[in-house]
Formats: sequence, structure tokens, C-alpha cells
Amino acid sequence: MTGFWAILLKEFSHIRRDRATVFFTFMVPVLQLIVFGFAIDVTIDNIPMTVLDLDGRQESRRFAEALVATRTFQVVERPTDAESFRRALTSGRAKVGVLIPADYSERLLRREEAQVQVLIDGSDSQVATTALNAVNLLTTQLAIGRARAVAESLQLAAARNMEGEAAVPIEARARLLYNPDLESSHFFVPGLIAIILHLVLLFLTNLSIVRERELGTLEQLFVTPVGRAALLFGKLTPYALMAFGELLIVLLAMSAIFGVPIHGDLGLLLALSWLFIVTVLGLGLFISTLARTQLEAIQFAFLVMLPSVFLSGFMFPRSEMPVIIRAISYVIPATYFVEILRGIILRGADFLDLFPNVAALAACCAVILYLSIARFHKQLD
Amino acid sequence: MNGDAVISTDRLTRRFGPVVALREVSLDVPPATIFGLLGPNGSGKSTLIRILCGVLRPTEGNARVLGLDIRTQAEEVKRRIGYMSQRFSLYGDLSVRENVRFYARVYGLSPAKQRQREEAVLALTGVGAYVDRLAATLSGGWKQRLALSCSLIHEPEVLFLDEPTAGIDPVARRDLWDLLFALTHQGVTMFVTTHYMDEAERCTKVGYIDKGRLIVLGTPDVLKASPEVTPRGTVRYEVTCVDPPAALAKARTVPAVRDATLFGSTLHLLVDEELEGSQLLALIAPGDSSASLRPIAPSLEDVFVTLSRAQSMEAA
Repeated sequence: MTGFWAILLKEFSHIRRDRATVFFTFMVPVLQLIVFGFAIDVTIDNIPMTVLDLDGRQESRRFAEALVATRTFQVVERPTDAESFRRALTSGRAKVGVLIPADYSERLLRREEAQVQVLIDGSDSQVATTALNAVNLLTTQLAIGRARAVAESLQLAAARNMEGEAAVPIEARARLLYNPDLESSHFFVPGLIAIILHLVLLFLTNLSIVRERELGTLEQLFVTPVGRAALLFGKLTPYALMAFGELLIVLLAMSAIFGVPIHGDLGLLLALSWLFIVTVLGLGLFISTLARTQLEAIQFAFLVMLPSVFLSGFMFPRSEMPVIIRAISYVIPATYFVEILRGIILRGADFLDLFPNVAALAACCAVILYLSIARFHKQLD
Repeated sequence: MNGDAVISTDRLTRRFGPVVALREVSLDVPPATIFGLLGPNGSGKSTLIRILCGVLRPTEGNARVLGLDIRTQAEEVKRRIGYMSQRFSLYGDLSVRENVRFYARVYGLSPAKQRQREEAVLALTGVGAYVDRLAATLSGGWKQRLALSCSLIHEPEVLFLDEPTAGIDPVARRDLWDLLFALTHQGVTMFVTTHYMDEAERCTKVGYIDKGRLIVLGTPDVLKASPEVTPRGTVRYEVTCVDPPAALAKARTVPAVRDATLFGSTLHLLVDEELEGSQLLALIAPGDSSASLRPIAPSLEDVFVTLSRAQSMEAA
């Protein structure tokens, strides 16, 4: 390990003089966390809705009010003619159009089947799905309510509850675990930590080596008796420590700003973070052996980052991915770390729960380290 | 290979894919001397230095530095040599002292030894006056001195310098060479590449390399006196005349003129002895009463030009 301390101290001198790197490492991640954490809100509410109420009596108004009460919809227009109703949808001012026929209330009173036409703009599949589910759920509830009232009046019920009131024969008692308020930030932010750590670490380590290659200082170091291990550990250790500091800051920001509690063992979380940090250092080292210039290094790093962001399950659920894409996600280290973070932070998972992910991440780490160290020589060719 | 030599190469060959960067180079450098390696850009100078420093593997052949095999004992070699590359390759964002101290630590000097050597090299090269300046803010000449300080920190027995004076001013160039001479007197062996003929003249031994082939090797005096440069029965003249380019064109048509080159405002000619000086002038500068000539010894440039021309004719 000749020269380890020399390289380590030198690297810290560089970092001390390089304000941009320090800012990039400690401030930018927090900003990213805030921006992305708030921006990427996947709960969809206040979908703009236009209501053409041809009936206009109490029952029909109650239907429209019930839709708004779900907070999923927001009435933006109440046109009186079919043409404006259609316009609202084609122009995109409204994503949902509700058309209540003139005989709606009458049919209900006569105990005939009443129909409401709901038009949904399907261009954004997520919005459309949410709207469809909300409308179906609401209509079913309203319908059951009416049916129950009728059943009560006839003293004839399909089933009765504990209080002896008429009830639906089967009721699912669903309970939301871990994130009862369905805050999307609670799900999203832990994954974001993995991505931020990945991004900063990959760029820092990779560039710190390629910069020396480009400047010719690496060649100068090769001519000294500094050991290969000393050179690598000396160069990478400072960035590993910085990344760890960054992790602590981001975790703090997560609980302070987004109020995401860590349900599991913080010690386990930090220990497994080191496994991920070492893996990404290895990736950075590997890229640095491929790139000759800093520009190339940045391009390679983006090449690694893109699948890590989009295929790791951080953005889109992996279960929804086509088989081939899903197969790729298995060789992305971030996939496992996103799982580990979500497991510990949200579900309070312990080592046993996480074992498959830990084992897979450790395997990624071993392969990447082996390849990158084998490729890094104290030689120019 | 010579047993006493500090650097000794034996048919050293290096290929980069289909390109042959170095072709069977054999040379010896005796202790405490300066070896100067000349040649055009891309001729293989840096490749040779990198191989000798143990950062590039030879494809064929072998080399010994300080008696150590550069294939198998490269790390041992690195402990005992210093290397200054073509480009400034220190850390611009570190101060002069931080750079020097970094190399002292890399070579594993003890703290006491570190301080002693730091002061010694800073004093020797004169960069001591700038210890707290960031290396990036130094001028070209001072950067080279700093680089030299760093490469001397561990008291190397051999110093490899790849174009140490490229792009620095004449005064700094002269000072640097004075430093190199002082070091050889202390017993350090130097291996220097350069483009400058005047620097080559100051070397104990020189080599000229072209397209990876070492085509000239010897001490400057021996080379200049060699019959290949000035063949028996020929003489070298320096001609001064009114219109040297015209005279050059005419000289090239005279059969007795073996070689003709413009040298600033004069002409250097290699001519058969039978042709009298006055006859020569009449042939190449007719009607120019002020034209004159004097016999001269060949310069190192003449040596390199003549020998590489002969080599390329042989190859053709």
C-alpha cells in the first residue's frame, strides 16, 4: 500500500480547493430531493370535468356533487348545450365529461335503470384509469345505497350487518399498510435517495480518475512505485466518505422535509448503503478505464445512469415491464438498492426479508469490482 | 548489451496494432552521462522513454535500467528513476510545496527525510521562492523546474526527460540545461529527448530516431568526423552569396555537388575535392563578385540530415 496516504491526502486537497465538487456533492442532492420529491406526485386528483346536466333536479345535482366530493374531480364547466360540452373535451379543457340525461331523476323514482354517460379522455392513460375507477366506484356506492334503502323499506335484505341494517352480502375490509395516506412522496423519496447517491458517486469517481488521465498526471503516477491498490483506494476512499456524508444529509432531509419515517433499522440501512457505495465506485472505476477524456467519461456515465433511473423500478413498477426489459433490470445494481431502501424505510423490513436483494447486490458488487480492478493497470496500453 | 551501462536496450520493438512505433532499437547509456535522443514528432521518442520507465511493455526485445529487467522488475526500476513527461503533469490546483510533498510521500520518504529533500530540491531548482503559489499560476519555465523538483525528490539515479525544454524561453532553457549538467556531475544519468540541435550538441552521446528506427548513434564528435557524413575525397563549404535560393538550384545541377542545403542566408555544400572553390563559385553564383566560401566542419544537423537521407535511400 505504498503511497496510499499520499494519494488520499492529495485527493482531499483537490476536494478542498474545488468548491464546485463540494456543492455538487452536498447541496445539489438536497435540491434534487426537494424538486423531484415534490414534482413527481403520482396521486392524481382534481381532474377537470365538464358536466352537462339535462335533468337539473335534486337527484342529478347530488350525483355531480358526489363526484366532486371525491376530490378526484373538479368541475371546470357547466355547459347547457351539447356543442359546448363536446368542445370542452376536444379542446382539452376537461378530461372527463359527465352527461346526465333529462329523465335521470324520473327513472330513479320509477325504479327503472337510470344511465349516466361518462366520457373520459384516454390520451393520458394514468389520468384516464384513475377517472374510470373513481367513477365506477362512486356509481356503485350510490347504487348500493339506493338498493339498500329499497331493501330496508321492503324488509327484505340480501344480508344484514351487526346492527341489523340491510347490507351488501360480501364486503372486502381492505387496510392500507406502511403508507396509509398513500403519500406518493413516501414511496418515491427512498428510491430517489438511491438514484441521487448513484448519480453523484458515479460522476465524482469516474471523473477524478479520467481527469488525471487527461492531464497526464496519471502517467506520472504510473512511473512512481505507488501500488495499484494504494492508487485506487487512495483515490476512491475520499469519494466514498463524501457519498456517505451525502447519504446522511439526504436521509435527514427526507424525514425533515417529507416527513418519511424510517420504520426499519437505521444501522442496517447504513451498512447496506456501503455495499451500494462500493458497487457504484466500482462502476465509476470501470467507466474510467474505458474513457480517455472527461467528455467520454460523462457520456459513459449517462449511459449507465439512464437504465438505473428508468429500469430499476424507481420510476416505473418492474412488474409492469415487458419480459426483456425486466431481465435487464436484474443486472442493474440500483434495482436492488431501491428495493432495500423502500423495504427498510417504508416496511421496516429486516435482513431476512431483504436477503435476496442483498445477495444480488453483493453479487453485482463482486462482479463489477473484479472487472474494473482487472482492467485498471499501472500501464498505458 | 554493455554490462556497465545504466540503460541498455536490446532490439527493442513496440507495436501499436499494425503500427510499428519502435523497431529493434539497441543502445547503451554509460553512467553519469547525458544521452540525447532526437527525431521528428511521432518517431518513437516518447514510446522509448515510456518503455524504459516501465509504463509501456515492449512487444519484442528487452531493456535493462540500472541492471534491472524492465519486463519483470519494472516496479523496482520505478523506485530508482525520475521521469519528467512532455506535458506539464503536476497538479495545477495544488501549491508548489503540496506538489513536491505529494511526491515525497508517494516515494515513501520518512518525515525527516521528506523535509530535508524538500528543501534540497526547492533550493536546487530555485522554485523555493514560490512555495505557496498554485502550480497552475507558474510560467512555463517555472513549471518545468517544479516538475524537475518533483522528479528529483527521491534522489533518482537515472532521470528521463521527455522534451523538457519544449515551449519555454531561451533563458529558462539555458538554466535548465545548466541544472542537468550539475546533476550529471553528482552522478545522475540523463536520458533526454529534444528537438533542439544546440541541446543535442551538449549531450555526451546522441541518437537520431526516425519512424521508430534508430539510425544514428554515437558521440557528437565521432559522428561529425564519420566518413558516412563527410566521405573521403569530399569537403564541406559554407557559401555566402547574393541570391542563395538561386545558387541552391544551380548547385543541385552540378554533378560534383553531393549535397546542398540552405542554412539561413548561407548555403552548406558537400563537394568533391577535385572541384576547386573558385570553379564552384563560378558554377553556382556566376557574375556575383561578392560571393565567397569557406570550408566548415559538419554540424550535428548535417550529420542527421545526411545519415537519414542515406538511410531512406537504402530503404528505397
